[in-house]
Amino acid sequence: MNREELEALAARRRAADGERWHRVSVCCGSGCHSMGAEQVLATLKGEVGAAGLTREVQVHASGCRGLCAAGTLVEVESGPADGAERHLYVGVDPEVAVRIAREHLVDGRPLSEHHADPSDPFFARQQRIVLESAGRIDPEDLESCLAAGAYAALEKAVSEMTPAEVLAEVTASGLRGRGGAGYPTGLKWSTVAKAAGDRKYVICNGDEGDPGAFMDRSVLDGDPHRVLEGMALAGYAVGAEQGYVYVRAEYPLAVKRLKIAIKQAERLQLLGNRIFDSGFNFRVDIRIGAGAFVCGEETALMASVEGKRGSPRPRPPWPAQRGLFGQPTLINNVETLANVPAIVRRGGAWFAGIGTAKSKGTKVFALAGKVRHTGLIEVPMGTTLREIIFEVGGGIPGGRAFKAAQTGGPSGGCIPASHLDLPVDYESLAAVGSIMGSGGLIVMDETSCMVDVARYFMGFCREESCGKCIPCRAGTVQMHELLGKIAAGRGELDDLGRLEELADLLGAASLCGLGQTAPNPVLSTLRHFKDEYLAHIEERRCPAGVCGAGARAEEVRA
Amino acid sequence: MSVVTLTLDGRPVSAREGATLLEVCQESGVALPTLCHLDGLSDVGACRLCLVEVAGQRKLAAACVTQAQEGMEITTGSERLVRYRRQIVELLFAERNHVCAVCVANGHCDLQRLAASLGIDHVRYAYQHPALRLDASHPRFVADHDRCVLCTRCVRVCDEIEGAHTWDVAGRAAGCQVVTDLAAPWGESASCTGCGKCVQVCPTGALFEKEQAAGGMLSKHRDFLTYLKNAREKKEWLR
Ligand SMILES: Cc1cc2nc3c(=O)[nH]c(=O)nc-3n(C[C@H](O)[C@H](O)[C@H](O)COP(=O)(O)O)c2cc1C
Ligand code: SF4
Ligand code: SF4
Ligand code: SF4
Ligand code: SF4
Ligand code: FES
Ligand code: FES
Repeated sequence: MNREELEALAARRRAADGERWHRVSVCCGSGCHSMGAEQVLATLKGEVGAAGLTREVQVHASGCRGLCAAGTLVEVESGPADGAERHLYVGVDPEVAVRIAREHLVDGRPLSEHHADPSDPFFARQQRIVLESAGRIDPEDLESCLAAGAYAALEKAVSEMTPAEVLAEVTASGLRGRGGAGYPTGLKWSTVAKAAGDRKYVICNGDEGDPGAFMDRSVLDGDPHRVLEGMALAGYAVGAEQGYVYVRAEYPLAVKRLKIAIKQAERLQLLGNRIFDSGFNFRVDIRIGAGAFVCGEETALMASVEGKRGSPRPRPPWPAQRGLFGQPTLINNVETLANVPAIVRRGGAWFAGIGTAKSKGTKVFALAGKVRHTGLIEVPMGTTLREIIFEVGGGIPGGRAFKAAQTGGPSGGCIPASHLDLPVDYESLAAVGSIMGSGGLIVMDETSCMVDVARYFMGFCREESCGKCIPCRAGTVQMHELLGKIAAGRGELDDLGRLEELADLLGAASLCGLGQTAPNPVLSTLRHFKDEYLAHIEERRCPAGVCGAGARAEEVRA
Repeated sequence: MSVVTLTLDGRPVSAREGATLLEVCQESGVALPTLCHLDGLSDVGACRLCLVEVAGQRKLAAACVTQAQEGMEITTGSERLVRYRRQIVELLFAERNHVCAVCVANGHCDLQRLAASLGIDHVRYAYQHPALRLDASHPRFVADHDRCVLCTRCVRVCDEIEGAHTWDVAGRAAGCQVVTDLAAPWGESASCTGCGKCVQVCPTGALFEKEQAAGGMLSKHRDFLTYLKNAREKKEWLR
């Protein structure tokens, strides 16, 4: 495969697509899947077959399109790929699917109902780089991915750029790690590139253990080739010939699609030996995690890939110095790597033009909780929380008042209404006691209790601690019990001091990030919502009516 | 041999390049509490008792796994570090069932010694009272999980010195336990040679020889590892 062949293949597919009357993609992401997307897909295929239009109309499954709350989503694209006419249907069930098939696909009269409005801020406010193709392409069909531009960046890199030039673009882009900590990607790459070692490895971290987060899953099962291409580019830049994608076992669809994608890419020599007839070799293997949150931590992940118990070890040595099998290793998050093809294709300067001074590009968020459009969104860095929640997210249903946004999962914190105009970037979130994290964003209204939220996340860390170091293993137990006691209306004022003292210990003394950040949900709720803790303790009352404390007070009064 | 110089609690000291901060402390006569570390075994940095402050560094460093570097300024006994150490030891007492009066290790126990040296006379955390089993299936040894602090010294000595790798850690979080083979009773372990090394290195009353009454366990031979290593590597048979 060389450039001409790649371009010819993509062009041929685009032309063939353009000749079809319609291309129909049915979202079969996990959200829509749970609402019966498979039946919608089967219905549409059946109807098209019955009408004898299988040549004229193509129906395929796609990954998540983001508006999961309004599933199942079906998009009908008509005309040539550039300048196609698009209709996006929401809330499609088999009955609506029959109407779409008969009225729109056969008779050419789009339905007037079940339409998503493309000018809705949910769409208009988003900017898609990582999710550029997810939801459009058929992830199991390499040609459809090639037609959308897959592997063009890799071809460009290996045929006209040196590894140092690829690295320079990534550095110039200002991209920072999307796995949580926001470490500059270019800097990490250059450390691995400089490290001495007979072999080097690239690892793609797809463990995604934060409760409620599904950004990486959506990228992996909606556009697996983008991640593989990002890994290959990383391998080219740092001098690695072997990559591993670490995916959690709870993502069977992502694993299946990755397997298919790797096989397809190898067949066309987009992965494997002598990629695009260059001297560059890069293979990718999949490793499946067994469902431990801590295995997302880089040193635990590497131990797990080596077949050992997934426990973190002290750093240094950093993975870049001594990582997988003792060799220099580059480990990046799924979303980080998925940004790379666009950066190489369009240039680091282009990417650096998006976002804020220190946080470049876009960020994918999984919107959850008390917000109208729960689902997956991608917005430029620096978009405010208010814009995300009230414009893109459509606001809070039921006319209730916003209370807090939780970002960063068990390592993050709760941001109160007074900070709604905060631009979402790494530094701003940290300044108010939360973190960007990997992109989970849970919206809470007046019916959420902050003590209960803190207790929930501490319970999560208590269960997920690997047990290696004492502050985390035993400290999370004590903090969780104290929070339970307060929630149950049995707390004392001294307990707040005890919580703070334990939080200090965990933050300072734990071995890895899990224990170090486990107190964050407690500290941030204590900082912004101390009155709720005091209501539980002094008045034995849960202001949101969630905890047992309220009920207990009723009993006492009765 | 290259030498680095650093400041330890305000005193200038020199150290061999590549030495850990713990070794520097030991050579300079600065007492640092440890639990998971044992001379002769690899270090895991798990107990966090040996944490020290490094000037200009936001994060604390576990001395047993941190290499001494030129110009480092180390503080080992700040008020904050002492508080953390006490908290860690108190957490250990609350975590499992430590009833010293009826423990074979009473009087010879590293955990007890740590508590005494840190002046701990009561525990502020809620006792968890887990229901744990005691494995007395081995003909000569007993594993009493009530006293285990999960330091993994047994795991490492059995793997690194004896080469049997009988012990490992199973489970996660508070449910972690050291297990023999694939959680089979110790007495049925196919890999255990019965060498007793794990019993010797265990800092508490978790592993002990049979037929010991409360407090009956003689002090364990903590220096035997150095002896073994010297014997093997340098052919020195001195005790
Ligand atoms: C407890 C814990 C869990 C983590 N889980 C993940 C994860 O699921 N996915 C991820 O990409 N990074 C996770 N990380 C961060 C990784 O250790 C690592 O920093 C990251 O994969 C680096 O990639 P990046 O530079 O692209 O962000 C976790 C860290 C900790 C401490
Ligand atoms: S902080 Fe928690 S998860 Fe991390 S090593 Fe310690 S016990 Fe394990
Ligand atoms: S192991 Fe040590 S601290 Fe625990 S009961 Fe025995 S003597 Fe006491
Ligand atoms: S007695 Fe020896 S072989 Fe058996 S578990 Fe202990 S250290 Fe391992
Ligand atoms: S049995 Fe003893 S040596 Fe083994 S982990 Fe427990 S306390 Fe440490
Ligand atoms: S799963 Fe269909 S839109 Fe997210
Ligand atoms: S002795 Fe250093 S962490 Fe245990």
